[in-house]
Amino acid sequence: MEIKCHKVASGRACGPALVTKDAISFLGNVDARTGIVVDPAHKLYGQCIAGKVLIFPGGKGSTVGSYVIYQLKKRGLAPVAMINIRSEPIVAVGAIISGIPLVDRVTEEIMLIKSGTLIEVDADQELVRIFGEDFLLE
Amino acid sequence: MYLSREEEGIYQGEQGETLRRMMEILVALGDIYGAEKLVPVRSVQIAGVSYKNIGEAGLEWISDLQGRVVVPSILNPAGMDLCRWKEMGIGEEFALKQEETIEAYRRLGVTIDCTCTPYQIYKGLASRGDHLAWSESSAVSYANSVIGARTNREGGPSALAAALVGKTALFGYHLDENRMPTHLVEVEADLQGSDYGALGFLVGRIVKDGVPLFRLRCAPSVDELKALGAAMAASGSVALYYVEDVTPAPTAASEPDEKICLGRKEIDEVYLKYPGSGADVVALGCPHCSLEELKTIARLLQGQKVQKELWVCTARKIADSHPQLVAAIEKSGARVFCDTCMVVSPATERFDKMMVNSGKALVYLPGLGGVQAGLGSLEECIDVALGRRY
Repeated sequence: MEIKCHKVASGRACGPALVTKDAISFLGNVDARTGIVVDPAHKLYGQCIAGKVLIFPGGKGSTVGSYVIYQLKKRGLAPVAMINIRSEPIVAVGAIISGIPLVDRVTEEIMLIKSGTLIEVDADQELVRIFGEDFLLE
Repeated sequence: MYLSREEEGIYQGEQGETLRRMMEILVALGDIYGAEKLVPVRSVQIAGVSYKNIGEAGLEWISDLQGRVVVPSILNPAGMDLCRWKEMGIGEEFALKQEETIEAYRRLGVTIDCTCTPYQIYKGLASRGDHLAWSESSAVSYANSVIGARTNREGGPSALAAALVGKTALFGYHLDENRMPTHLVEVEADLQGSDYGALGFLVGRIVKDGVPLFRLRCAPSVDELKALGAAMAASGSVALYYVEDVTPAPTAASEPDEKICLGRKEIDEVYLKYPGSGADVVALGCPHCSLEELKTIARLLQGQKVQKELWVCTARKIADSHPQLVAAIEKSGARVFCDTCMVVSPATERFDKMMVNSGKALVYLPGLGGVQAGLGSLEECIDVALGRRY
């Protein structure tokens, strides 16, 4: 299954989905040394975002969050790709400076995908590909 | 968003990976805010300088970049005086990281002036109608309002992108439609000096990201306009304001619907709520002191000795070109620090309460500096430092 999207940061990558309806403040919510969500109030608390296709509505919080994404990438702890409903400047800039494919303006039904589903983000073609049968959409 | 053939080439990577990513930043922000195209900028002021703010993550990113800025570019204040950091009580470890950050910017061709008042040291960075990519909130406010130039408040990466590409996306305060006044603010009082900081402190809270148009009884000086804008950018996120018959006027003359009336009582309440009692340090120069302000401070300190630490923050260019003035101030025991200020330096952490004459510092010190703040006029601040009050 393919879904249309809008390119924010170029590139193409594939990995298991990690889905949350909570916005993410990379400064504060995520530990830059481990890639684990450390804010107990966040729905992804305790989960590691490394290697995942991170699906979340958008970013929030301090602009230093852009640099945190870069630090995660340098340590091999960043998501392989990210999908937003609507990207804002912190995550957009973070993805671009880190070379992480980022797309937005997807259907909100993307939030119904089960975490773990294999997903490919092809920012240059402006397509999200969803693999497997039990992917979503009750 | 429309890109010229040359811009499209950069976006596709024809001029290397660094420029490709920088163009991607400009295009992504342009898309998010609905810009039609890019526009050349005359100068850039880059945020993300104090190591206290950017940390290891930011330093790594800046150090990894390859390239040269293509328009005049200077920096926001750093976390310490780049020469006299030891006197500020800054540790070796922080100093080393701060120096690394500055070096990384130098390698990119950035001019190493760390100041929130670029307009006080260079005339050629901004004139009326110019498009800019400036970062520091008080400088943005001054450029938009007092100079009549056009800039959004840039973040670190977007400012660097503008510096390396020489352009920014055309949205926000670059466009006439976003530069219309939203609130009329009438002030029924004669104001001077720190009153403008107190006024800005109040108005920023009310108008938030609006564009206030002030109707004042008296005409503020450029230093007073600097203080007014700085305070509104801190207590709210005001990036543009007008003062009737003083600053460049808005392009359309219609009066805003929202109206705010303030007087002496409201201004005095700010001083009463944030008294200087109990202050163990006094700091002036938020935003950085102008030459005129340094002269006034020197005059007030003449023949006196300070009883409490007194910091006077200014741009290095101003201090370096007036060594006798700096010497006159320091003869009192006060310290003139350059490249930094009380809001961005970790040096404030060893104090309990800081007395300031700035509405901006009043907003930021408790949260960013870990120190309580009291507000007073310049004269009151000097009196506290000299042990004549409290």
